[in-house]
Amino acid sequence: MIDYEKILNIPPYAYDKKEKEAFLTEILKDLTKHHYQNCSQYKGILDALNFNSEAGIRSYQDIPFLPVSLFKKLELKSIKDEEIFKTMTSSGTTGQAVSKIYLDKETASHQQKTLVKIVSNFTGSSRMPMLIIDCPSVVKNRAMFSARGAGILGFSIFGANKTYALDDDMNLNLDAIETFLEKHQGKPILLFGFTFMIWQHFYKELKKQNKKIDLSQGILIHGGGWKKLQNESVNPQAFKDALRDVSFIKKIYDYYGMVEQTGCVYMECEEGHLHASIFSDILTRRSIDFTPCDIGETGIIEVVSILPKSYPGHVLLTEDEGVILGEDDCPCGRSGKYFKIHGRLKNAEIRGCSDTYGPQK
Amino acid sequence: MTNLEKYTQIFTTVFEIEESKLKDLEYQGIKAWDSVGHMSLISEIEDCFDIMLDTDDIIELSTFEKGKEILKKYDIEI
Repeated sequence: MIDYEKILNIPPYAYDKKEKEAFLTEILKDLTKHHYQNCSQYKGILDALNFNSEAGIRSYQDIPFLPVSLFKKLELKSIKDEEIFKTMTSSGTTGQAVSKIYLDKETASHQQKTLVKIVSNFTGSSRMPMLIIDCPSVVKNRAMFSARGAGILGFSIFGANKTYALDDDMNLNLDAIETFLEKHQGKPILLFGFTFMIWQHFYKELKKQNKKIDLSQGILIHGGGWKKLQNESVNPQAFKDALRDVSFIKKIYDYYGMVEQTGCVYMECEEGHLHASIFSDILTRRSIDFTPCDIGETGIIEVVSILPKSYPGHVLLTEDEGVILGEDDCPCGRSGKYFKIHGRLKNAEIRGCSDTYGPQK
Repeated sequence: MTNLEKYTQIFTTVFEIEESKLKDLEYQGIKAWDSVGHMSLISEIEDCFDIMLDTDDIIELSTFEKGKEILKKYDIEI
């Protein structure tokens, strides 16, 4: 079976196209077999497609994808009920169905390790004082994590002396922020939050109060989707400019990721490109016939990940649209594909940590 | 208090568990030692011994005994 301990020690951007294709194909083929044997619904789907997992996989691109929305309709897992260690849910707003992702100990532990490998490639391995731009109550229910809670908890490993910038009513806690900044003056600090929350409850509040804070030593990592900001006509550059205006922060990294493939995040590099690590990959497909797009051609995003073992989520078609900008030749020096997300497909359900966040009060 | 007493007390307090059960205790072995509990444990250890652990060591610290070895790297003898 797959030797995760060994695999997760490989540097996350080490492989070029050819090496990565062989690496992913071997592992994803094993995972396909594993889920076929251990998840009856998955077996049903492959059988209905008349798919032969032995002969049918020359490349991981040949493995049938499941639409992410399937995790809302079916309880898909490849483990016994008594092995469920955590259930993660997508952050659907009230009235929308949520995805349920079942984790055993092994998969949960691989997710955390992978996240560390990927993110420390950007932040360095030493930890920093951390300011979380969210409220403390978001990690309250331990057995049932929302995507927001899981994101915060997963990224907390990079931080020490964690402080929440918002109170449980989502008000800016300026006292806490100022105490935190005084204590760590001159040192690099890590900031983490979801894009819309940062905009709505951090940036707008600072702006409203005409307050500037010094985050010139800060590294901000944010994710969760742009849809709500697109509605307010805020693009990524405007977001960065606005934050710099109130906080002097220089390093701002977006990331793309989803609860269905936790751990395998796609980090934005210094050039502003999202990058796939060797532990996962993205493909773009044409909406007409689902054939793969060319580089530079917009399509529906498919994500593959080597981590999902307790549930059959290793090959998924998302509801996002985007474009692969290139492979192995980003000026930042990291190998692998780099890409851009345009946003949700039209008519797809609204989802994403910051996109589903309903208006307050 | 000796370092061992401090170290032991962190575990018994964070996880609300008896001292006699610590010997074979491991990450995910009890409900309280999940990923949330783990981060509480780490921050208590860091505050108590005034150190900052590397991310790799946070992941490695998966048993009561293993933690003692890791702390040696930070010149904390237990």
